[in-house]
Amino acid sequence: MSSPILRLVAQRVLLGLVLLLAVSVLIFAGTQILPGDVAQAILGQSATPEALANLREQLGLNDPAWLRYVHWLWGILHGDFGTAQSSGLDIATSISTRLKNTLFLAACAAIVAVPLAIILGLIAVRYRNGFVDKLISGLALASTSFPEFFIGYVLIFVFAVHWQIFPSISTVDDSTPFLERLQAVVLPATALTLVVLAHMMRMTRAAILNVMQSAYIETAELKGLKPFDIIRKHAFPNAIAPVVNVVMLNLAYLIVGVVVVEVIFVYPGMGQYLVDHVAKRDVPVVQAVGLIFAAVYITLNIVADIAAIVANPRLRHPK
Amino acid sequence: MQTELDHLTALAGKGRISRRDFLGRAAALGVSAALATTLAGKAFAASPVKGGIIRAGLQGGESTNSLDPALNLSQVTYNFCKQWGEFLVRLTPDGGVENLIAEEIGASADAKTWTMKIRGGIEFHNGKTVTAEDVVATLERHADEKSKSGALGVLKNIKTIKASGKEVVVTLGDADADFPYLMADYHLVIQPSGGKDNPNAGISAGPYKVVVNQPGVKHGGERFANYWRSDKAGHADRIEIVVINDPTARLAALQGGQVHLINRVEPKVVDLVKRMPGVRIENVAGRGYYPFNMFCDTAPFDNNDLRMALKLAMDREEMLDKILRGYGSVGNDFPINEAYPLFSADIEQRKFDPEKAAAAYKKSGHSGSILLRTSDVAFPGAVDAAQLYQQSCAKAGIKIEIKREPGDGYWSEVWNKQPFSLSYWGGRPTQGQMYSTGYLSTADWNDTRFKRPEFDKMLYTARAELDQAKRKAIYRDMAMLMRDEGGLIVPFFNQFVDAANTKKVSGWVKNPNGEMMDGYALCECWLNA
Repeated sequence: MSSPILRLVAQRVLLGLVLLLAVSVLIFAGTQILPGDVAQAILGQSATPEALANLREQLGLNDPAWLRYVHWLWGILHGDFGTAQSSGLDIATSISTRLKNTLFLAACAAIVAVPLAIILGLIAVRYRNGFVDKLISGLALASTSFPEFFIGYVLIFVFAVHWQIFPSISTVDDSTPFLERLQAVVLPATALTLVVLAHMMRMTRAAILNVMQSAYIETAELKGLKPFDIIRKHAFPNAIAPVVNVVMLNLAYLIVGVVVVEVIFVYPGMGQYLVDHVAKRDVPVVQAVGLIFAAVYITLNIVADIAAIVANPRLRHPK
Repeated sequence: MQTELDHLTALAGKGRISRRDFLGRAAALGVSAALATTLAGKAFAASPVKGGIIRAGLQGGESTNSLDPALNLSQVTYNFCKQWGEFLVRLTPDGGVENLIAEEIGASADAKTWTMKIRGGIEFHNGKTVTAEDVVATLERHADEKSKSGALGVLKNIKTIKASGKEVVVTLGDADADFPYLMADYHLVIQPSGGKDNPNAGISAGPYKVVVNQPGVKHGGERFANYWRSDKAGHADRIEIVVINDPTARLAALQGGQVHLINRVEPKVVDLVKRMPGVRIENVAGRGYYPFNMFCDTAPFDNNDLRMALKLAMDREEMLDKILRGYGSVGNDFPINEAYPLFSADIEQRKFDPEKAAAAYKKSGHSGSILLRTSDVAFPGAVDAAQLYQQSCAKAGIKIEIKREPGDGYWSEVWNKQPFSLSYWGGRPTQGQMYSTGYLSTADWNDTRFKRPEFDKMLYTARAELDQAKRKAIYRDMAMLMRDEGGLIVPFFNQFVDAANTKKVSGWVKNPNGEMMDGYALCECWLNA
């Protein structure tokens, strides 16, 4: 590989790190602005002034905010997110199980949804404006338009209650064997697939159709290539950048935005964990989860950027 | 009669009465001999089967839950602690107290000194024997201001706690004849050394040992081999609680056979559930109620005529029918119902009377609209209830303006802060405790600002009175005072509505003390052979 591309990639990664640092400042500042203080939140109604003072001292709340921020960041860099105020459990340990579950569910959904969306997009382009195109678009848009909980309930009704072939409860833990785990996530992964499918499919279709207007496609047609080969060999590679962008956005959604599906299928992921702790004003957990979600978004966006750079021949082969 | 018969069947199922007694008492209730024989056959066939795994899908668990019984608050921790925990006493379905770790409880004549004899030979999960010192340490920990225990309120009255040999002696500040009932509080799980060294250990002397504890996801227990009353509870080899906060998912799990028991079936789907094969709705009248609270010391509610007008303008029957779909009972503007011991059933039921309400409203001299605050978190259907009330008030010429408050912060900013709002009370095991918590002049949670010295005096007298008949008479007077002059409008009391897969599980007993057989469903039901 040539150096300009390496430089570009390095630049993106660095930029991502700076962005993450900025987000961490925002998260920390945001939780500081919240009314009330942490010591008060921990002790609740029965707080005596002495106990409050002791706890403030113990938690280092009397230090200036920037110092606390540095301590917090330093801890995170060493994998120490602190302990949850509500349950007293170590945050890093609790999050690692939940994050694994979330990533597993997201991966299962993505493995089905991404190829399916792209293939359907390609087929839609091949038969554009025809019956097949309209059918694919119609179904995909319909499944996206239904709220997630509705799709979830329909799946439960059909597959868990009526036919009883898949469980309606997807509770998994560290000791669940792989195959059982896979069976448990079938319904939630299907629901998520239906939710994210249309966005990616429509974007693939639009991006390729855009390329199809180009002169070199016309040349390919004139040279007598089969329509599907034109799309696959000539149009798709040039439409990768926007498609990857949309795919990454949807992957990010699969990781950070699935709390409704988690609740319906009783799946122990990050979303429910965050919601519970926000309700209890458990600031350290909210900060930790916020930072992890931000890191996921930023990483996926960098990957999309890099993929776009690598896929662009003009950048790969500079004059 | 049906409830008495159910109760009788329950007693028979638990082996508390003989077959002969059963037939005799059923006949006394007017049951035909043939039916009584059939019932007896059913009741006595139901002897517990050991083995298997019983699973419950429960609402009310968060990833913030902990095993420390002091912090028990939501349904899942409440149900789970009844599986692994053992208590001094428990409440019985018929309103009495059953002795567990406390073998005998005796009071001094003034009801200020209570002595509990600790039963010998009960073992903790860690192999140690339960001693009087453990009991003292447990009570001390929960009575300590710093423990943040949910039982702190009921223990505030305790002056000293001492162990002497096999006995625990407790002295109270004010006399309290209901003391044994207080010891049944579900936070008071007896732990080794009171859990002072490690409150989260999850070790007590209950029928199951904690083997799985994933807050907000799953909790599991394995039968404790040395449980001291293994004939009564701990029938399944293992129990499992799956946290399912979504009502539809909970029902689907029951239908799909993934769980055997669920709690909190929504009233609006109860009739649909009843049609499902193999599923039985288990509903029982509890002590929880959904009040409309008026501050008696804040204008315009400081005027008893206005309060009376607002009480008369409540259409309780319609409210019960539309909000709870009949799964409840109408209230009578005081916080007590027939689920309490020493309840006076002869108090006249207040009825919807728009004319009398209009007259009282006119007499009060109030004009203009009255602001009522509500929110979905007050209770399920609270917004609809406010709207129904607005309509029934309109019939009496009273204008109600509804303000829908955000759920987040309703309990900290609206309830007990604003003069007219909807709320929820879970009820307490005894009348004395209920009135002390919510209606004593000095109570923190006096959410109707009902401050009447004569009422307080009656309450203190009743609490010190060991003669049941005299106490009942005092409680009746208190109820009448609240009903006619208080700031409380009680449209209805709710029911606990659970559901069980009856093909798989037997042994359910109606228990008004709490949902899921007062939390004992998992350890007292058994899987059918």
